[in-house]
Amino acid sequence: MTQVPRPHRPRRAAMKLNERSLAFYATCDTPADNEGFLYKKGGRHAAYHRRWFVLRGNMLFYFEDAASREPVGVIILEGCTVELVEAAEEFAFAVRFAGARARTYVLAAESQAAMEGWVKALSRASFDYLRLVVRELERQLEAVRSGGAAPPRRPRALPPKENGCAVWSAEPAAATAPAPAGATPGSQPGPEPPPLPPRRRASAPNGPLDSASFAQLHEWYGQEVRALRSQWLKSQAQPEGGGEA
Amino acid sequence: MRYNEKELQALSRQPAEMAAELVVKRRLVKLVVNFLFYFRTDEAEPVGALLLEHCRITQEEPSGFSISFLEDPERKYHFECCSEEQCQEWMGALRRASYEFMRRSLIFYRNELQKMTGKDPLEQFGISGEARFQLSGLKA
Repeated sequence: MTQVPRPHRPRRAAMKLNERSLAFYATCDTPADNEGFLYKKGGRHAAYHRRWFVLRGNMLFYFEDAASREPVGVIILEGCTVELVEAAEEFAFAVRFAGARARTYVLAAESQAAMEGWVKALSRASFDYLRLVVRELERQLEAVRSGGAAPPRRPRALPPKENGCAVWSAEPAAATAPAPAGATPGSQPGPEPPPLPPRRRASAPNGPLDSASFAQLHEWYGQEVRALRSQWLKSQAQPEGGGEA
Repeated sequence: MRYNEKELQALSRQPAEMAAELVVKRRLVKLVVNFLFYFRTDEAEPVGALLLEHCRITQEEPSGFSISFLEDPERKYHFECCSEEQCQEWMGALRRASYEFMRRSLIFYRNELQKMTGKDPLEQFGISGEARFQLSGLKA
């Protein structure tokens, strides 16, 4: 990467940051976007420390404990990718940044559900992602207001489920819904097929469109599929109703 | 407070929403997401950055403005623009630059679209259930 040439100067102090404002943002009384205890790995060969984490906007703050008034530190999440990792610690995941000598933050939750919640929340936390969504909604609202002449452009058409219901939703589907007549031949009422991951635009949620490599997108979709699959497998272990009224 | 400085520096090199030379101390100022970076005009790395959450942008004289923060309203960061027009443009951009402003906009558009079409526009993104986008998040 070519740097802009700069005049030779003695090594400068660290970048100034309005830390009081950051601390204020961390501790203001609006509900956090996510919070909870996570284990944070100190460095490559260091131990894990249990910290209270608070996600607000595109900032992930961490505190000594839940009662602390001032964060120990903050991870600015813009441009990161979030992945599951193999680690000695259970329920581990990583917040990774691109670039030479970039830091990777390895974190571990205290349960599978907490881990999935954090991975989801962190991968959609960036300002860039939010801005994408807002611009799309702005566009849709404009289209509707100007008489709705053209239907809103869908990022991608949602494929129908086997029983004819079109929309995938976050709630588990009712297992007792009967299949309508003329549905997929051979389908029977009973457990729903595993839900499809939500459709998204081609751009990764945490970075500019042209910097998302196929590997990143593949890994990102893959982790969603893995998470959904394990949810579905769990729900299969405890059938809901299974055809009984 | 510790923070990932390398990543913040990398962010300062990303495409800017806006960038210009604004005076008092002749700084290059660059708005990227919810950060305002300021540089000495001949340097590639920023002198500093301001996180633009819970801040107030106030006009000062004809072509200047100041930024102050909710937790310390007396402390003002002053910026002098080269024209009233540039000043208005920057004030508008900075007021819209916070994550919280973006969140409120999303909630507003979602609500409007829901009223007009009967459908939740966030479903296509798979984020309709997220607590951070609920209407109750809008404060009076």
